[in-house]
Amino acid sequence: MKDTTLVVAGMGALAAGTYAFRLSGQLLRARITFPPRATRLLEAAAVILLAALVATTALTEGHGFSGFARPAGVLVAGVLAWRKAPFLVVVIAAAAVTALLRLLGVA
Amino acid sequence: MRSIWRTLDRKVLADIGLACVAVFFIGLSYGAIAVASGFPLWVPAAQSVLVLAGASEFLFIGIVAAGGSPIAAALAGLLVNSRHLPYGLALPTGVTGRRWGRLPGTHVMNDESVVFALAQPDLERKRAAYWACGLGVLVCWPGGAVIGGLIGSAVHDTSAFGLDAMFPAVILALIVKDLRDTRMLRAALIGAAIALAATPFLPAGLPVLLALAAVLLLVRAPAATPQPGPQPAVARAGSTP
Repeated sequence: MKDTTLVVAGMGALAAGTYAFRLSGQLLRARITFPPRATRLLEAAAVILLAALVATTALTEGHGFSGFARPAGVLVAGVLAWRKAPFLVVVIAAAAVTALLRLLGVA
Repeated sequence: MRSIWRTLDRKVLADIGLACVAVFFIGLSYGAIAVASGFPLWVPAAQSVLVLAGASEFLFIGIVAAGGSPIAAALAGLLVNSRHLPYGLALPTGVTGRRWGRLPGTHVMNDESVVFALAQPDLERKRAAYWACGLGVLVCWPGGAVIGGLIGSAVHDTSAFGLDAMFPAVILALIVKDLRDTRMLRAALIGAAIALAATPFLPAGLPVLLALAAVLLLVRAPAATPQPGPQPAVARAGSTP
């Protein structure tokens, strides 16, 4: 792990900010009504961020391509998740497919 | 605590228990992945207790492990956690606790505890469900993370075991329910494409934030399937705190 101080600062900011979100909704409850559309946009933003994280961590390593083994494992996991396979099956399949491909010499 | 068991019927308690077991397993993968990505065990351990919001912790670990700045990672995590603001607005006064009890009660607000609380018919049961689920997650998420981290520390060649594929697979499994909505899927794919296109050129961490431009696709037209009340963005009913 690089610079520990910075990581701790980031963790602290995330923890404090998250608590602030949790508390402010409670405190503002009597005063404002949050439009449902805004709520949905926040949810959508979260899903988009996470989807982008899936794409970048599956397909890239540093600034380049990660090789075929990892995205292949993630693709299999995605198909299983879409078909409502149990969480553990999805995650273990991803690792197993990737490990198998690497064993067979696929990068 | 005893009042929680008496207030809630067995079916609700069983559902809450199942949700907590699911959280434990995600916690296992979280701890293992964090350690495999090069973080010492105390990072997932501390985060799981202090942040107590799974998706944002995964995001933080993922961005920092890819070489991104921890501050950018915290901002991305905060954006994911901003959904707790409407959660707090949606919960009737008194659910999280009375007076000072509200301060610790607020910390156990998460996707599951809010869903279970809102599903109960009256304030007393809402409060019981909220606390039962909130405390269950408070035990299962960090517990899973620490045990997962210990298991992960025992594995040395993470790439031979394909552990690097687990991280995107976990996140994908958590958001797949949301992606069944066609408009959401399209926006997510475009966001992912933006992030991928930017990766060769921008410092790590930024491409993921750039993907947010895809939210604009959803701003104009009203949602195809409007859902009343706040719904957890990630993993409705039982996948991540």
